[in-house]
Amino acid sequence: MGAIGATRAEAEAEVGKTEMKVTTTGTQPAPEAAAAADGRPAKTLETRGVNLFYGEFHAVEDVTLTVEPNKVTALIGSSGCGKTTFLRSLNRMHELTTSARVEGEITLDGQDIYGRAVDPVQVRRLVGMVFQSPNPFPTMSIYDNVAAGLNLNAGRVKKTEKDAIVERSLRGAHLWEEVKDRLDKPGSGLSGGQQQRLCIARAIAVEPEVLLMDEPCSALDPVATLAIEDLIGELKSKFTIAIVTHNMQQASRASDITAFFNLEQTGKPGRLIEIGPTEKIFTSPAQQATEDYVSGRFG
Amino acid sequence: MNPTLESGVLPDWSTYGVVAASAVLAAALLLAAGAFSVALLLILTVLVAMVVTYTWSRRVEGPRRAKDRLVTLAIVAAFGLALIPLLSLIFEVAKRGIPGLSIEFLTESARGQIGGGGAAHALVGTLVITGVAALISIPVGLMAAIYLTEYGGGRLGRALTFFVDVMTGIPSIVAGLFAYALFALFLGPGIRLGVMGSVALSVLMIPIVIRTSEEVLKIVPNHLREASYALGTPKWRTITKVVLPTAFAGLITGMMIAVARIIGETAPLLVTTGVVDSINSNPFSGRMQNLAVYAYSEYRTPGVFKQASYDRAWAAALTLIVIVMVLNLVARLIYRRYRTEIR
Repeated sequence: MGAIGATRAEAEAEVGKTEMKVTTTGTQPAPEAAAAADGRPAKTLETRGVNLFYGEFHAVEDVTLTVEPNKVTALIGSSGCGKTTFLRSLNRMHELTTSARVEGEITLDGQDIYGRAVDPVQVRRLVGMVFQSPNPFPTMSIYDNVAAGLNLNAGRVKKTEKDAIVERSLRGAHLWEEVKDRLDKPGSGLSGGQQQRLCIARAIAVEPEVLLMDEPCSALDPVATLAIEDLIGELKSKFTIAIVTHNMQQASRASDITAFFNLEQTGKPGRLIEIGPTEKIFTSPAQQATEDYVSGRFG
Repeated sequence: MNPTLESGVLPDWSTYGVVAASAVLAAALLLAAGAFSVALLLILTVLVAMVVTYTWSRRVEGPRRAKDRLVTLAIVAAFGLALIPLLSLIFEVAKRGIPGLSIEFLTESARGQIGGGGAAHALVGTLVITGVAALISIPVGLMAAIYLTEYGGGRLGRALTFFVDVMTGIPSIVAGLFAYALFALFLGPGIRLGVMGSVALSVLMIPIVIRTSEEVLKIVPNHLREASYALGTPKWRTITKVVLPTAFAGLITGMMIAVARIIGETAPLLVTTGVVDSINSNPFSGRMQNLAVYAYSEYRTPGVFKQASYDRAWAAALTLIVIVMVLNLVARLIYRRYRTEIR
């Protein structure tokens, strides 16, 4: 499983192997079919029997699901049911919390990301994350914020190449037109919505395979929220996206697949109740709890 | 009718009016009693003003505002009280130190001078000894602080915190004796070197650097570290490229405060660097004078012209205060210039 540490080209070569595995299990479409015409095949994240702990506290119980490539998977559910914790386990951020523990298996295109020989730093290069509140680096300019992933990851990148990546990422995040004349100004001078798009640009600049978003719009106004949702719709042509949201309209607007998490009562672990195409979850869910939640009748 | 939002209120001039009236009243009382003095006048003025303000405000404005006015007065008085020693000290040192200050004082040593000469050797010594102490303490202290905030948490971290607390309480003369004993062990008894003083000062400085840096690193928000990790950045690069730059202004301020704290130390230098009359800028060879010890020895063993020696002692003290003030000022400027808004 050393291939997680391999370069991107090698990693892409791996896709071929995984396709075979996918077709034999037959649980999901082959990556190249899912990839949009202008996009690129992204990777599949699969979890099997994932249990998450904070010390003795059992936060998430037995989650088995697939985050499909080039689609947006929304994780919905009430507060405290472990959506964010689960999301953070997908790029090994969960273990940064003291005494946090992961059990079960999480694979990225068939490779176990919790394998003994796997470097979490490499996992996070392939699985990027956007956080709840915009968190641009306060000491860096807009340009340096976007280039942060390149600068921070040792490898020497030529200035012209870096310029190109920064522009492409800012265009990709729909921010280029607004900031192209003040790239050397601090990122903290932007509005909340712009800052969040800056953080998305920063995340996609390192070209991850998967993009995790933890309530990316919860600190934003409706206009900025709409801009981010449009952006998410475009980004899925290149990335596999998982998004945690409290906003059910957002889940129904922006996602292809919805997973509903719930917990029986406070103190009990959160569980995955149901996962399926977003339309089905919002119109005819299989579980009563899901229906109660999406229709707003939830207790 | 609805309860009104308005209530009685004292006129705008009430605070100053009451204080002025109280001062007059207090002066009259003291003169009548025949025991007038400035200190008594101030104390009595404050007391009378507090009583008058409270009773007046209580009748017009009610008990809550009356208490507010009372406490405000008390705090302003306490602030004034705390300011008196500081201002009088600066005034006194400036008054007595300025006569001894001259170009000669800052540029010449006391070598071969009878009852004259300058303190350049002490100035050089202070800067060299403190500089070397900072060179030792800042890397050690900063790295220890990084360990405590970013890595520690286990038994080693707790032990480190404990010993830092213990080190903060070490009397400075003990630090000096430690450095002396350490060097005497290798170089024989009676040894006096500039670097010995630096080592002694480091013992005092390291815990201050650790404590202040630790506090500053702690307030770097965790979401910045996470943002960096999420980009696939290794931990040490996250520390050097994100955490340290974000905390830069605070770290510099902490270090300046630590330097200011040790630059005036006398006792540990008395036993480690010795007393000498000529300029020596090499910390690894021979005795080295410094301003604090210079002031002490000029006062204790004045030369033929006693007053000139006393003047030089005060001038040395003034120079030391000016150096500390400049350091503080520089720290503030750096802080203003480089501080980052942390949410």
